[in-house]
Amino acid sequence: MPIQTLLITLIALLLFSFFIGSKRSIAVSSVRKGRRNLHSRPNYYGFMVAIWAGLPAIFILILWSVFNSSIVTSLTIAGLPEGMQIQSKDELGLFINEIKNLSSSGNIESESDLVKKDAAFHYQKLEEISTLAKTTLVFVIALLGMLFGRSLVKPETRARNMVETVVRWAMIMCASIAILSTVGIVMSVLFESIRFFNAVPPADFLFGTHWSPQTSMRSDQVGSSGSFGAIPLFVGTLLISAIALIIAVPLGLMAAIYLSEYASSAVRSFAKPTLEILAGIPTVVYGFFAALTVAPFFRNMGESIGLSVASESALAAGLVMGVMIIPFVSSLSDDVISAVPQAMRDGSYGMGATKSETIRQVVIPAALPGIVGGILLAASRAIGETMIVVMAAGLSAKLTINPLEAVTTVTVQIVTLLTGDQEFDSPKTLAAFALGLGLFVITLMLNIAALHIIRNYREQYE
Amino acid sequence: MTDLIGTLPGMVKSSLESEENKLPVVETRDEFDVEISGTIGKPLVQNAKMSSRNCDVFYGDKQAIFNINLDIGKNEIIAMIGPSGCGKSTYLRVLNRMNDTIPICRVTGEHTLDGEDIYAAEQDPVLLRARVGMVFQKPNPFPKSIYDNVAYGAKLHGLATNRSELDDLVEASLIKAGLFKEVKDDLLMPGTGLSGGQQQRLCIARAIAVDPEVILMDEPTSALDPIATATIEELMDELKENYTIAIVTHSMQQAARVSQRTAYFHLGKLVEVNDTNTVFTNPEHKLTENYITGRFG
Ligand SMILES: Nc1ncnc2c1ncn2[C@@H]1O[C@H](COP(=O)(O)OP(=O)(O)O)[C@@H](O)[C@H]1O
Ligand SMILES: [Mg+2]
Repeated sequence: MPIQTLLITLIALLLFSFFIGSKRSIAVSSVRKGRRNLHSRPNYYGFMVAIWAGLPAIFILILWSVFNSSIVTSLTIAGLPEGMQIQSKDELGLFINEIKNLSSSGNIESESDLVKKDAAFHYQKLEEISTLAKTTLVFVIALLGMLFGRSLVKPETRARNMVETVVRWAMIMCASIAILSTVGIVMSVLFESIRFFNAVPPADFLFGTHWSPQTSMRSDQVGSSGSFGAIPLFVGTLLISAIALIIAVPLGLMAAIYLSEYASSAVRSFAKPTLEILAGIPTVVYGFFAALTVAPFFRNMGESIGLSVASESALAAGLVMGVMIIPFVSSLSDDVISAVPQAMRDGSYGMGATKSETIRQVVIPAALPGIVGGILLAASRAIGETMIVVMAAGLSAKLTINPLEAVTTVTVQIVTLLTGDQEFDSPKTLAAFALGLGLFVITLMLNIAALHIIRNYREQYE
Repeated sequence: MTDLIGTLPGMVKSSLESEENKLPVVETRDEFDVEISGTIGKPLVQNAKMSSRNCDVFYGDKQAIFNINLDIGKNEIIAMIGPSGCGKSTYLRVLNRMNDTIPICRVTGEHTLDGEDIYAAEQDPVLLRARVGMVFQKPNPFPKSIYDNVAYGAKLHGLATNRSELDDLVEASLIKAGLFKEVKDDLLMPGTGLSGGQQQRLCIARAIAVDPEVILMDEPTSALDPIATATIEELMDELKENYTIAIVTHSMQQAARVSQRTAYFHLGKLVEVNDTNTVFTNPEHKLTENYITGRFG
C-alpha cells in the first residue's frame, strides 16, 4: 500500500477512534445521573482513544521509514554474489544506486547485466515485503491502540488530563523545532567559519583593511591567495546603516508622535496604512529607484556645487534605505505611544504641563522600551539589507567613511562570493560563512544592548 | 433616548429637546417623582475662591451638566456626591479646564477663580492648571522616580532655581502629603513601585509641589483600602489650612468626615448644596434624602 493511502486510512481510523471514544464515554456515563459522573467531556475521551490509536502507530511508521532504506540496502548487498561484496565502499554505493534506479525504472527485464538484474529483482522483492510488513504492522498497532484506548474509557478516567499532557508535549516539540533550527543554523555557520579561519588567520580577517577575495583557478597564478580583510565591509555596512537610521529615526519618530498625539482619527486611519505600505514595497524597487533616480540626482547636485560624488554612493543607498525602514520605526512607536495610558497624560496636564511637555517628559519615556525595539528592528533591517546596496552603493570594497563614495557591505559581498561557479571548500566560499557569522554577532550585540537599555529604562505602570 | 431623537426629523427633535430642558428629571418611579427647580440650599457663599454661573457641559450632542450655579469658598472642603454618571467628574474637570483635552466636550457659562474668568480667551489653560491642581481616581504616578514625580511640575513651572531648592521643595511636598517618612530613603525608586495608598499620596505631593490654590480630587480613595483612606482623609484635613479643596466621593461617610459643605448632583443637575451637617441630618430635597439614606445610588 503506498504511503498516501496508508496515511489516509490511518486518518480515517483516527476519526473513527474519536467517534467510538466519545460514544463509548456517553454510553458508560448515562447509566447513572446523566453525564455528571464523567470526569471529562466526551470529546476528551474521543481524543484520548484517537491518541492511543494514532501515536504508537505513527511512531512505528516513522521508525520504519527511517531505518527501512538502510536495512533493505544491506540485505540487498548481502544477497549479492560473493565477488561483488569485496568492492570498495564507493563502488558499492554506485552499484546500489544503479540497482535502485533500475528497479524504479520499471523495466528490469531489459537490463543485460545478469548480476544487476538479479540484484534489482531482489531489491524490489525486499521493498515489497517491507512495505507490506510496514502496512500490516501499523494497522495492527493502530487497532490494538484503539481497542486499548477504548477499554480505558471509564467515567473516572482522567481523559482531559491525558489529552492535555499530550497536547502540551506537542507544543513543546513545536517550540523546540524553532529553537533547534536556530541553533543548527548558527552551528553550521560557526563550523564553516572555523574551516575558513583554518585557511585564513582570524586576525587577517578581523583587522585586515583590504578585501579582494578573488582566488585564482590555478595555484601557480600570482595573487592566488586573495585577501580577506573584512574591515572595509563592516565599515561600509555601518556607514550605510547609520545614514539610514539618521534619516529613519527622526522621521519615523516624529511621524509616530504626530499620528498618535496630534492627528485626527480620520487622518490616522488613512496615514498609518499608507506609511506601512512603504514596508511592503519590494527592496528591488527601492534598489533601482536608488540607482536610477537618487544616485544620479546626488551626482548632479554634487557637480553643480563642485563636489565629486560617485555615481554609486553610500549616501544614495543609505537615504533610500532610510525611507524604506521609516515604517518600522513609525508604526511600532505609534503603537506603543498610543498604548501609554490616558491617565499618564491626564496626570501631566493636570499639573499644568503643555502638550509638548507631556509628550516629551511623560509619554515618550513611558513608551521608550517599545520605541527602542522599533529602532532596533529598523537597524537590523538596515544591516541585513542587500538589494539596495548592490544596486546603489556598488561592489568596491573601499575603506572610507565618506558617504559620497562607493562602498560595499557585508551582505553584498556574501552574495557576490556565492554567486557564480565556485568550489565549496575554497576560502572564497567559506569567507561567506565568516561574514555571516560576523553579521550574526553584530545583530546579537544590538539585541543585547537593546535589552539592556529597555531594562534600564523600563518603568512599569500598572 | 438621544439615539431616538437623532433619528427624528429636525423639527420634532428640537421641540423634544426643549421640552426635555423644561421638564428635567421626570421619572415615573416614585423616588424620582420630584421635580428639580433650581438648586436648594446654599450654593453661593461670601468668600468664593471659585465660582460657576449657568454652567452647561455637552459631550457632542449630549448634555452632561445642566445649568449649575455653585461657589467654592476659600479654604473649605466641598464634597460632591451623587449617583454614578451624574456629572460630578465632568463638573470637577470644568474647574481646571481638563475638559479641554476631550475634543467633543463643550463647556458654557461663567467660571471664575478669584473673580478672574478662567474661560476667557486670554486665559491659558496650562497656567490655570498650575493654580488648580488635580488628583485622580486611580493613582497615576508617572513612570519615573519618586523624586522626579514630585519635581516634575516644579521643574515645568520653574519653581526652583537650583538643585538644592528643588530638593527642599520635593521634601516639603512629600512631608505635606505625609509620605516623606516612608520614602525618604527610596527617593530614586520608581513611583510605580509604591503601594496604592502611597501612590495616591505621591500624586497629592506632586500636585502640592506646584503650589496650587485649589486642589480637585476625583474619588481619590476609591481604589484604596480603609487604612490608606484614613491617612488621606487626615491629610485633607491638614491641607485645607492652605488650600481650597473640592472632592468627589462615593462614600457618604467620607463626605461627612472631611467636608464643610456637600453638594448633591443628580443626572447632571445640582440638586442641593448645604452645610455637610445639614445635608446628612436634615436634607431638604427628596432626591438628596433618598440618596443619603441609600434608597438608590
Ligand atoms: N469623555 C466623555 N465622552 C462622552 N461622554 C462622557 C465622557 N465623560 C463622561 N461622559 C458622560 O457624561 C456623563 C457624566 O459623567 P461623569 O462626569 O463621569 O459622571 P460621574 O463622575 O458623576 O460618575 C455620563 O453620562 C457620561 O456618560
Ligand atoms: Mg466620576
